[in-house]
Amino acid sequence: MAKSLFEKVWDTHAVRTLPNGQTQLFVGTHLIHEVTSPQAFGMLRDLGLKVLYPKRTFATVDHIVPTNERAEPFSDPLADAMIKELRKNCRDFDITFFDLNSGKQGIVHIVGPEQGITQPGMTIACGDSHTSTHGAFGAIAFGIGTSQVRDVLATQTMALSKMKVCRINVDGKLGRGVYAKDVILHIIRELGVNGGLGFAYEYGGEVFDRFTMEERMTVCNMSIEGGARCGYVNPDDTTFAYLKGRLYCPKGAEWNRAVERWRATASDPGCKYDKVVNIRGEDISPTVTWGINPGQAIFIHENLPEPDSLPEKDRSTAREAFTHMKLKPGQPIKGTKVDVVFIGSCTNGRLSDLQEVARLVKGHHVKAGVKAIVVPGSQGVSKLAEEMGLADTFREAGFEWRGAGCSMCLAMNPDKLIGDQLCASSSNRNFKGRQGSPTGRTILMSPAMVAAAAVTGVVSDAREVFKN
Amino acid sequence: MSLAKITSVTGRGVCVPGADIDTDRIIPARFMKCVTFDGLGEFAFYDERKKADGSDKPHPLNDPRFKGASILLSGSNFGCGSSREHAPQSLYRFGFRAVIAESFAEIFFGNSITLGMPCVTLPRAELQALAAVIEKDPKAEIVVEVQNRKVICAGKSYVAGLPHSAHEALITGKWDAIADLLEGLPEVARVAASLPYAI
Repeated sequence: MAKSLFEKVWDTHAVRTLPNGQTQLFVGTHLIHEVTSPQAFGMLRDLGLKVLYPKRTFATVDHIVPTNERAEPFSDPLADAMIKELRKNCRDFDITFFDLNSGKQGIVHIVGPEQGITQPGMTIACGDSHTSTHGAFGAIAFGIGTSQVRDVLATQTMALSKMKVCRINVDGKLGRGVYAKDVILHIIRELGVNGGLGFAYEYGGEVFDRFTMEERMTVCNMSIEGGARCGYVNPDDTTFAYLKGRLYCPKGAEWNRAVERWRATASDPGCKYDKVVNIRGEDISPTVTWGINPGQAIFIHENLPEPDSLPEKDRSTAREAFTHMKLKPGQPIKGTKVDVVFIGSCTNGRLSDLQEVARLVKGHHVKAGVKAIVVPGSQGVSKLAEEMGLADTFREAGFEWRGAGCSMCLAMNPDKLIGDQLCASSSNRNFKGRQGSPTGRTILMSPAMVAAAAVTGVVSDAREVFKN
Repeated sequence: MSLAKITSVTGRGVCVPGADIDTDRIIPARFMKCVTFDGLGEFAFYDERKKADGSDKPHPLNDPRFKGASILLSGSNFGCGSSREHAPQSLYRFGFRAVIAESFAEIFFGNSITLGMPCVTLPRAELQALAAVIEKDPKAEIVVEVQNRKVICAGKSYVAGLPHSAHEALITGKWDAIADLLEGLPEVARVAASLPYAI
């Protein structure tokens, strides 16, 4: 019987059915970071358990690391305690740790693919909701809580209910200046922030077939913003070309066998999906959020909605969003003044994102009064960007070029909005207070649109700002 | 490991209205700079409850009428966003023992059940009716009957939603999965050996 990738990977990793009906699922690869793991190690010690398969867990530090002054001890004693705790836990339990001095540190969802740890057909878990990113490789990857981090450390398994699969086809072509970020913001706008509840999203169609791995990662990354705990793309030649030669990937004859196996993991033609959604690439324009969740989004040329024109269930959140964002219904979003621009995060902090921004801003300058920071997603991305001269381009254009980490996506490090500053951000969440100030305001958009906001000082259409 | 069988939760309720209340709102990221969950209770809904100077804003959780409430009511997609277990941990430590909402985000739901904090759903109209009852009489007792999937308040009984696996886990005292997972270790070894990949 024809099966989807999700079903194949699930079946390969299902250990047994638990008494409550859930599946005990084997987690092939486990990623950890400093924020959601310390309590898990604490519970492990309390229970007198060890890490069952230490080689299947990889650690890095990303959320709390400063992006400018990185000498230790960190100026924030709490952040300093957290990195020390992770270092100790990795040492005590024999876990590979991509530390600050490794050259491999970075946002966990950028490091995994970059090092070739993320591979097709795997189950991957991490105490971080953006673990869905790894689905870009045809892995089943999902975010978990800290108790489940403990479960995975102790048993390499977790208790999970099987999800349904929703196939999302994006066919046709994307217009100029329309990026992967616009595709996922549009999908979330169309299906809602809880449209994916109980589903894994399988993304496909002509647009995804043409997408690079980094574009696929941007889309899969934000599956969780649509309520889907995991999202994936079937592996193909683009996937294999990206992985070939990466540190943790199979080599030599092993490589050929792996590719054969990975290819067979893809969903079979004619397999059944629980739901199918069809979207035309031509229908998507550059998209920006205007509210306090990623589903509150409009095309750049649209006016802000009147709450009463929305479905009844969305009205109260819309009113709350207008109050928080200090925006007015019926007005254009274009022209809204920005105070800060942020390029980075596990959504859009990869090399191709930085290349595109550098290409666009060359010869332009950040508008006076706008604070602009570029935070590479990993030390690997940082090194390449410096070698390629991108960092120089950013500095010349008036951006601050920083060290690798999560930074202003969630502001657990010193990079924060102040007061009600408005930030044009390439990150993934516009929740109230997300960027470090309870009254701070976030507008999500593609890196190119952030670049346009940076040079004009207002929310702009990148297609009009940059003629190339 | 033997855990309590959670067949029902009784207490007073408080309603924090709104749809899509995310885990950043339940526990802002800056309070996750910690290596234990102790002390998270006082930071539940912090930025919703407190002004920049630390004084109180008007908020249901600051309202003396609802002090001591142990059952939280909210809207749809409650707990969306970040997977942080700090969110249900902070609610639990604040004093909540059950949550009733229109729907729950998946990761938040799983994290809450693992703490033994039932999350049950009610249709919107019934949630609104229940919220109206406790607004009028904050001392009204709410019983979340996990076993029978019912919510009872002021003489009225509502049919609540709770998926089979969570229901079973709570009423049999197996809401923390670790014991069951450890029992499966011999089969885990078999699957590990059968996987076509090793890292």
